[in-house]
Order: sequence, then structure tokens, then C-alpha cells
Amino acid sequence: MNGLFRVFSAIAIAMRAVLRNKLRAALTILGITIGIAAVVTMTALGDGARAKINGQITNMGSNALIVFPQSARASGARTTGGSKLSESDCQALERESTSIKAAVPFLRASAQVVYEGQNAKAEVIGSRIAYLQVRNWKLQTGEPWTVSAENVSEKIAVIGAGTAKDLFGAADPVGRWIRIGRHPYRVLGVLEEKGPSPFGRSQDDVVIMPITTMRSHVRFTRPGETDAIMMSATSPETTDRAKKQAEEILRQRHHIREGDEDDFLIRTQAEFQQMQDSIYGVLSLLLVGIAAVSLVVGGIGVMNIMLVSVTERTREIGIRMAIGAREMDILVQFLVESLVLATLGGIVGTTLGYGAIVGLGAALDLPMKLAPQALGVALGTSTAIGLVFGFFPARRAARMDPVQALGRE
Amino acid sequence: MKDAPPIIEFVEIHKDYVTEAVVVRALRGVNLTIQRGEFVAIIGQSGSGKSTMMNIIGCLDRPTRGKYILDGIDVGSRSNDARAIVRNHLIGFVFQGFNLLPRTTALENVELPLVYRGVSAAERRKRALASLNAVGLGARLHHTPNQLSGGQQQRVAIARALVTQPPLLLADEPTGNLDTRTSYEVLDLLQRLNREQGITIVLVTHERDIADCAGRVIEMRDGSVRRDIINERPTDAARALAELPVQDEHGAAS
Repeated sequence: MNGLFRVFSAIAIAMRAVLRNKLRAALTILGITIGIAAVVTMTALGDGARAKINGQITNMGSNALIVFPQSARASGARTTGGSKLSESDCQALERESTSIKAAVPFLRASAQVVYEGQNAKAEVIGSRIAYLQVRNWKLQTGEPWTVSAENVSEKIAVIGAGTAKDLFGAADPVGRWIRIGRHPYRVLGVLEEKGPSPFGRSQDDVVIMPITTMRSHVRFTRPGETDAIMMSATSPETTDRAKKQAEEILRQRHHIREGDEDDFLIRTQAEFQQMQDSIYGVLSLLLVGIAAVSLVVGGIGVMNIMLVSVTERTREIGIRMAIGAREMDILVQFLVESLVLATLGGIVGTTLGYGAIVGLGAALDLPMKLAPQALGVALGTSTAIGLVFGFFPARRAARMDPVQALGRE
Repeated sequence: MKDAPPIIEFVEIHKDYVTEAVVVRALRGVNLTIQRGEFVAIIGQSGSGKSTMMNIIGCLDRPTRGKYILDGIDVGSRSNDARAIVRNHLIGFVFQGFNLLPRTTALENVELPLVYRGVSAAERRKRALASLNAVGLGARLHHTPNQLSGGQQQRVAIARALVTQPPLLLADEPTGNLDTRTSYEVLDLLQRLNREQGITIVLVTHERDIADCAGRVIEMRDGSVRRDIINERPTDAARALAELPVQDEHGAAS
């Protein structure tokens, strides 16, 4: 009862001391304010970026799987040429797996695309028309090519929204002829806008054509060869089963013996997401680390000013001791003062951080918000800083000798 | 009064200060008894040990050897916290430099000892008001020290010392920073407190005029009591005040 009362008195005394010297208080809390504002903003920035990228990954198609070739490590028994994926693998996957809806080959090249003097750099993708379903990608105008066009390597393409804009501006590209290298291709349709990929590249600067056409005119490969296989599972729930079945089918087709390593790698959408998450986890940790350093600097600032304050108020400490303050009273007084300062810094910092979140969120078009747990951590941290960095100066004050403190020697 | 235990009892009190191989013997075996209700002046040159004696009487410092009994309590051996409580309950301090908290109102300054005693805010205010009224400062409750004259500041300090109603008031050169007129005003206040409320007063000074206001004068020299005499006819500060030339604030020392 008495103890509680003394604590309240100490808080009142501390508040009065802080308010008596407003400029110094403001300068003292500056470090903590900046630190807390940094923590709050960086956490929100990290979370916002992650949320946005997760959104992009989902728009890749949540039941998508990708098979990459993987050259054998260590084992000398296998040749590198033998590990290539092929179009017949695609057909086998579609045919033999119950959980794979579609499996399409995938060739890729970078090229300059030309239309009547307009130039644009684009990624050229050769696949089958089902590629658009696997990627969950629709046409905004025009129509897809037919299977028969694929069979005769017709010079046709659908183009991404970015490429369409670069080459045609506001005009309708459907039915026009674009040129890649020496060959003209007729534009059948324009894809919907997809935005940048999780890896930061624009997905809309793209020309997609039948893989047979690509192989004959843009990138010359052995018949049936493919850079990767893109698949879609029958539903998001069957993705894992699709992966397992694809593994079995491909191991069998590639004659991989039990115990030997796969010559391919299958990644599901979920795995991509996990990779992204772990990358952003590391990034967030780094940001929080930087913020933590600035908080420690802020804490040392508090300690510094509190030490100055204790020295400056030596006489006051002496007076208080003379009229009956015990060591604990003095300790609590200065500890509460640094606590009040640090918490004040936390509150101001959180407010500034909130402002930064709103501003940055609008400027970067990120879904940033003030997380309640970040708020809790920020305020908890500033309180802890006040306690830890205030303790040493407070103890120094409490242990003063009253005779010396009063200047009576 | 003779039967009651003494408020202060020094038995062979020694105090040594050790400073870089030199030992300063500030007090060399002081024996002293002060009864309740006495008005005692301790007089001596600087270096005579009177300040050291004051620090020990006030429980701010401990004797190196010897026994100090304050109001029946052997305080020399007590812990820091116990001595803080003794200071709060038994002793009121008045210093030469007033020692009020800066930028803090008179009322808050006077309330402070009660804060450390755990008295409620309302009760604190009531007692602080009474104490400030008793020293004639009821009209300046919300002035901070730098808005008050020296005499007024010393009255606030006396009010602060009295607010806990201690049996003992220690005044260390209380008139050292004041002119003659204000000095006698403060001494008049102390004499009245001693006479009317029976508060024991121990006053340290180096001025004979000031010491003459006390009923007993203890003269210190080289860490020992040189003389301890009863002053049969102490100066009445109120009368001395009346005899001072009026309107002459600066030259009043003569």
C-alpha cells in the first residue's frame, strides 16, 4: 500500500522533472523516437512487400507446378545430355497421372520485337496453347491459336499487354504482323496485364508462340527438347499428389535407378511461396537488426542524459536525502524518469512510424499497415530500454553520500 | 524536563577523514548532552569541527568511533535506510544556502518530507499550508524559490523543516546569506518556535552576535569542545530587530 503510493509519487515527481526541461527531454528521446519509428516502419514495409509478392505468386496459378532439369552432381555415370526434359515427358505426365490436368513444354528466349519501326525487347516463350490455362492467364482481346496451327508451325503469336503498348500504343494489335529476326508473325490476341513477377521482372513484355514455330525460327533446338515443363494440378489440394506422381513418372522415363538422384526438380507454388517467405524473413530480420542498433544508440542517449541529469541534480538528491528519502526512493525517482522519457519516445516514434507507413504505403503502392504486435513490441522495447539504460544512472544517484551531495565537506 | 532522556548524547565521538595518506581528525573525542527544549548554538572557526558535528547530529554522516544516541536511538550503527527514516521523523534541516528545490513551488517544497513519509496528497497539502502560515508565508504558496527573497526562502526552508513536527531543528549557518534585519527576523522565528513549541534547536554559526541569541553556547576548536556555557541572558531577536535603524537595508550591519 505504502509502496504503491510511493511509486505513484515517484511517477508524479518524474513527470514534473521531465516537463520542467522540455527541450532536453525532446533531445533525449530523439534517438528512441527514431529507433521506434524505424522498427514500426520497417516491419510494416517488410510485411507489405511480402503480402504483395504473395498476391503475385497466387496469380501465377495456385495449383501450378514447374519441372526444371537438373544436371547430375557428383555421379559420373550420367551424361549431361541425357537429363533434358522433353515434350514426350509432357504427354506422358498428362496421360499417366490422375492429378495433373495439363503439362506443357516451355522454351524461352530474349528477342527484339519490331512493328513498323517500333522496337521492344521482349521475352519469347514457345509452348502449347494450354500454357495459358496452366498460368491462369486470359486474353483481353483476340483469341488463342488452335492445335492444328501448332502442328504446322504457323507464324502466329499472342503478346503481353506491355509489348502491345510498346509497339502499338493505343491501336489494336490483333491481325497485325510483328517481326522477330527475319520472320513476321501474326498477332492473334493480347494477354491480360499481369504485373511484375515475384522476381521483379515484368511478365507483360512477352510474346508467346507455338513451341514448334519457335523451334523452327527463333531458337533452334533438338526436336522435342524443352527448357522446363509447366503443369497444373487438377485442384490446389491435389498439388502434392501431382508432384509425387510426376516424380515417379519422370524417374521411370529417365531410367533413374533406386537410390540415384533425380535429373529434374519439381517446384510447387507452395514451395515458391516458402522460398519467398524465407527470403523476406531474412530481410525482415536484417531490417529489425538495423532498427535494434538504432534503439541501442537511443538507449545510450537516454543513459547519457540521465547521467548528466544526476550529476547536475546532485544537490537536489542531497536535499531529498536530508529530508528523509531512502536509497530506494531516489532509485525509483530516476528510474521512473528514464522510463517516462523512453516511453514518451516510444509513443512519439510509433506516431511518426504510423505517418511513414501511411505515406510509404501510398507512394510504393504496398499494402502497409501498423501491426498490433509491432506496436506492442515497439512500446515494450522502449520501456525496457528506459529500465535497462536508466538503471545505472539511477543507482549512481541512489548511492550518493548525503554529505557530499549537499556539498557539505 | 530534567527527568526526560536527553535528545542528543555524544559519547567519545571521533571523526577522521582520510585523504591521500593524510588523516584529518575532525572530531577528537567529543562528549555532549543536549536536553529536549534547549536552544544551543555551536560556534567556532572554520575547520573547528562544527560542520562535522552538525553532519553527525543530523545523521548525514557516521562517526568513526564513539556512540551517538538520538532520542534514545543508537543511530551511529544504523543502516542508510534506517537513518533516512530517522532524519525524516526526528530532524528538521535549515541550511545556509536554503537548499530548496529549484523550479518547485514553496508549497511543493514544504510537502516534500511528507511525500517520503507516505502521507496522502490532501493531508500533505493541509499540513504544508499550516506550516507556511506559521512562518508568515501563507500568501506566497505558489512562488518558486527564484521568485522569493532570501529571507522568504529561508522561511520556506523552516516551514519544510517543521512540517513533519520534528523534536529537533538543525540550523546550519541559517543567517549566513542574509542581511542583519532578515537575520534577526529568522532568529526571532527560531526563538519563538523554541519558546512556544518546545522544539530543540541546534544552531551552527561563526558569528558571536548570532550565537548570543541561544540559551547555551558551545565553542569548538580543533575538533574538541573548548567551552560549553549557559547564556543566562540570550539576546531577544525581536527586541534587537526593533532597535535596528529603519529604512536602511544595506548599511544595517552596524
